[in-house]
Amino acid sequence: MAKKIVHEAMAMPEQDPQERIYNFKEVPLGYTPEMAIGEASRCVQCKKPVCISGCPVGIDIPEFIKLTAEGKFIEAYYKVMEKNVLPSICGRVCPQEEQCQAPCIMGIKHEPIAIGRLERFVADYAREMDKMLIPERERRIAKKVAVVGSGPAGITVAGDLAQRGYNVTMFEALHMTGGVLGYGIPEFRLPKAILAKEVNVLTQLGVDVRTNYVIGITEMIDELRAEYDAVFVGTGAGLPYFMNIPGENLNGVYSANEFLTRANLMKSYLFPQVDTPIHVGKNVAVIGGGNTAMDSVRTAKRLGAEKAYLIYRRSEVEMPARNEEIHHAKQEGIIFRLLESPVEIKGDKDGWVREIELQKMQLGEPDASGRRRPVAIEGSEYSFPIDTVIMAVGQGPNPILLNTTPGLELNRRGFIRADPVTGATSKEGVFAGGDIVSGGATVILAMGNGRQAAGAIHEYLS
Amino acid sequence: MFPILSKKILGPNVKQFVLQASAIAGKRKPGQFVILRIDLNGERFPLTIADTDVGAGTITIIFQEVGKSTFQLGTLAEGDAILDVVGPLGKATEVENYGRVVCMGGGVGVAEIYPVALAMKQAGNEVISIIGARTHSLVILESHMKQASHKLYVTTDDGSYGFQGLVTGPLNDLIADVNKKVDRVFCIGPVPMMRAVANTTKTAGIPTIVSLNPIMVDGTGMCGACRVKVGGETKFACVDGPDFDAHLVDFDLLVQRQRMYHKQEKLSWEKWKGIHENRIS
Ligand SMILES: Cc1cc2nc3c(=O)[nH]c(=O)nc-3n(C[C@H](O)[C@H](O)[C@H](O)COP(=O)(O)OP(=O)(O)OC[C@H]3O[C@@H](n4cnc5c(N)ncnc54)[C@H](O)[C@@H]3O)c2cc1C
Ligand SMILES: Cc1cc2nc3c(=O)[nH]c(=O)nc-3n(C[C@H](O)[C@H](O)[C@H](O)COP(=O)(O)OP(=O)(O)OC[C@H]3O[C@@H](n4cnc5c(N)ncnc54)[C@H](O)[C@@H]3O)c2cc1C
Ligand code: SF4
Ligand code: SF4
Ligand code: FES
Repeated sequence: MAKKIVHEAMAMPEQDPQERIYNFKEVPLGYTPEMAIGEASRCVQCKKPVCISGCPVGIDIPEFIKLTAEGKFIEAYYKVMEKNVLPSICGRVCPQEEQCQAPCIMGIKHEPIAIGRLERFVADYAREMDKMLIPERERRIAKKVAVVGSGPAGITVAGDLAQRGYNVTMFEALHMTGGVLGYGIPEFRLPKAILAKEVNVLTQLGVDVRTNYVIGITEMIDELRAEYDAVFVGTGAGLPYFMNIPGENLNGVYSANEFLTRANLMKSYLFPQVDTPIHVGKNVAVIGGGNTAMDSVRTAKRLGAEKAYLIYRRSEVEMPARNEEIHHAKQEGIIFRLLESPVEIKGDKDGWVREIELQKMQLGEPDASGRRRPVAIEGSEYSFPIDTVIMAVGQGPNPILLNTTPGLELNRRGFIRADPVTGATSKEGVFAGGDIVSGGATVILAMGNGRQAAGAIHEYLS
Repeated sequence: MFPILSKKILGPNVKQFVLQASAIAGKRKPGQFVILRIDLNGERFPLTIADTDVGAGTITIIFQEVGKSTFQLGTLAEGDAILDVVGPLGKATEVENYGRVVCMGGGVGVAEIYPVALAMKQAGNEVISIIGARTHSLVILESHMKQASHKLYVTTDDGSYGFQGLVTGPLNDLIADVNKKVDRVFCIGPVPMMRAVANTTKTAGIPTIVSLNPIMVDGTGMCGACRVKVGGETKFACVDGPDFDAHLVDFDLLVQRQRMYHKQEKLSWEKWKGIHENRIS
C-alpha cells in the first residue's frame, strides 16, 4: 500500500514560553481533530507493530491510531481503554521516547509517530464529549478488597477489581487522591481537574475512597486483613533523600517533595488566597536530573525565580527526565549546570541559604546503571549566590507501613519483596505493586503492576 | 468532615474542641498528634491530641490562637466541622514505671503534657507536675493537672498566681532535694523553656524528654519540612518524634526553622484579620 511518507510528527501547539513562565496553565495545548487525523495518518500500520512491545501495558497502538485516522475518536479511546485506564494521564506523562515511540518504524528514518499525543487527544476528546468510559460492573462478588495508596498503582487495582464486582475500599494518607499525580506532578503538566475526573470514575464504580487514613497508623495491615479478603499495597516511594552535605537544614533548603507538595497539593502559588506559604528567592538551585528535578525547577521559575538553575552531576544524555521536559525547561530559560555537584550549602547568621559550593565533575567508566559515572575533579570547587535550594536526588520507601507490618519481607533496597508477576508478598493475601516494590519508576509501570496484581487478586479470591 | 461536638474557652485565646473522629480515637496513645486542614484553602497544621474517649469515638484538641489558622479555628462553633483530620501521628511517648517523674508544661504546652502526666500516673510513677504561664488568666487545665499528678506546682512570670518565676524554679528545688531522686523529666512548652529545662537537667544528669514542634506539612515522613537535629543527626520530627532526648536536641536550629515563614504568616494573618476582626472572641 503506497502511502506518502510525512517525515515530521505533527507539532502540538504550546503556550508561549514567555507567557507560560507567569502561569500554571498546561504547556502543550493538545491537538485539534484535524491535527490528530493528520498525525495518525502518518502511521504505516505495520504488519508487525513493534511499537506495542515498547508499551508496558501493550496497548493495540496501530488499531487505536487507525480509528483515530478515520475520525472515530471515541472508538479509538475505547481501544486504548482496553489496556490503559488512565490514557489522558499517560498520554501526558509517559516517557514515550523510551517506550512506545522508541521502536516505531517511522523513527528509523524520520520522526516516530507521536503516539502519546494521540493517546492524549482521544482521551481528552472523550472526556470533553462526556463519553468517558465507565465500565459496567460485571456481577456482584460478596468479597472485600482493601487498596492502600491512591497513586496510579492503587487506582488501577481499585478500578479493575471494582469492575469485576468486588467491594473495594481505597485508603489514602493525604487529603487528596492521586499519589504523585496529585501532590508531585505540577498543574502545568497534568491539570488536577483531569485527575479528579479519572478518580471520579472509581467512585462511580462504587469504590469507597477514604482519604486522611494512614495504614500503619490509623489502621494496621493485619487489621485490614481481618476485615478484607485481600489487601493491595501501593504506597509509592515517598521518602525524600538528602545528600548529607553541610547546610542542608538551612532555611530555604527544601526536598523536592516538600516544595512540590506546597506548590501543587497545597496550591501555594495562590498564596495568600490559600494559607500555605512557600519561599522562592531570586536565585534557585535544583539538584538532580530527573522528572522531579525538572518539575521543581520549572515550578520555581513560575513562582518568580529570576534565575533558576538545574544542577546535575552527569551530562544531558544521562538525564533521566523525559526529553520533552528538558526541552520545555530550556525554552523557559532554566539554566543548566551540568557535570557539577554541590558539596556545601552556606548560610547567613539568621540561618538562611546564601551560597552554594559546587564541584565540577567528569564522566568516567559506566556504572551499574550503564551510565557513565561522574568523578569529582579535585580543586574545581567554586561558589555562587543562591537563596533557595531544592534537593531532587531520589526517593526511598516510606517506613510507616513497613515498620508496622510484621511478616512483610523487604528486598535489599528496603522496598517490598513481591512476586514480579502476581505482586504477591510474603504475607498471605497481601499484594503490592508500583514504586513501593520497584523504587521510583513510572506511572505506566505502576499501572501495569496494578493490572497484574488485580488479576492475581481475582484469581486468589476465586 | 470531622464535626465539632463541643467547644470550651479555657482562657484568653485558648480553646478546646471535642471532635468526632472514631478511627483516630481508637488508636491514639499519649504524645501523638493530628494534622488538620480547616477548609479547602486551609494549610495543614499539627495539634496534639490532649484526650480521647474511645467509647464515644472522640478526640480533644486544645489550641492557642497565634496566627491565621488557629484564630480561624477558634471562630468555629459547636456543630461546625473540620474538613480534614488525620492521625494519630508521631511516635507515642514511652510510658513506663520510671519511679519519680516530673512533668512540665508551659503555656499551651500544658495541654500537651497533660496526657503524658496522666499516662505516667497510670503506669505507677510518682508524678510531680510543674506548669507555668505568663500570668494567672493564662493558666490552663489546672484541675486536670492536679488529678493527673501527685503534686502540682503552678508558676507565673508576673507572680499573679502560684510561685513567681519560671518553671525551672520548682524544678531546681526538686533536684536539690537530696532525699528524693528525680528519675525522669518530660517537658513541653515554648523553646526557651525547653532549652532552660534541658540545661538544668543535663547538669544534674536526669534523663529528659522534650516534644518538638517544627513546621509540618504532611506529618507522615513524606516531605522533610519537620527536620530537626538530634545528637548531630537529622530526624523527621513527625515520624521519628515528636519526643526526643532533650540533651541532644539542637534548639537553635529548631528556632531558626520555626521562623522560616514569619513574613508570609504575618501577611496571611493581617489579611484574614482585616476581614474577620469581629469574629475573634
Ligand atoms: C515530581 C515527580 C514527577 C514525575 N514525573 C513522571 C513522569 O513525567 N512520567 C512518569 O511516568 N512518571 C513520573 N514520575 C514517577 C511516577 O509518578 C511514579 O512512578 C508513580 O506515581 C508511582 O505510582 P504508585 O501508585 O506506585 O505510587 P504514588 O504515586 O507514590 O502513590 C502512593 C500513594 O500512597 C499514599 N500512601 C503512602 N503511604 C500510605 C499509607 N501508609 N497509608 C495510606 N496511603 C499511603 C501516598 O500518600 C500516595 O498518595 C514522577 C515522580 C515525581 C515524584
Ligand atoms: C507536633 C506538634 C504538636 C502541636 N500541638 C499543639 C497544641 O496542642 N496546641 C497548640 O496550640 N499548638 C500546637 N502546636 C503548634 C501549632 O501547630 C501552631 O501554633 C500552628 O500551626 C500555628 O498556625 P497559625 O496559622 O495559627 O499561626 P502562624 O502565624 O502561621 O504560625 C505561628 C508559628 O507557628 C508555627 N507554625 C506555623 N505553621 C505551622 C505548621 N504547619 N506546622 C507546625 N508549626 C507551624 C511556626 O513556628 C510559626 O512561626 C503543635 C505543633 C507541633 C509540631
Ligand atoms: S501508555 Fe505510555 S507507553 Fe503505552 S502507548 Fe501510551 S504513551 Fe505509549
Ligand atoms: S511502529 Fe510506528 S508506524 Fe508502525 S504501527 Fe506502530 S506506530 Fe504505526
Ligand atoms: S511533616 Fe513532612 S516529613 Fe514530617
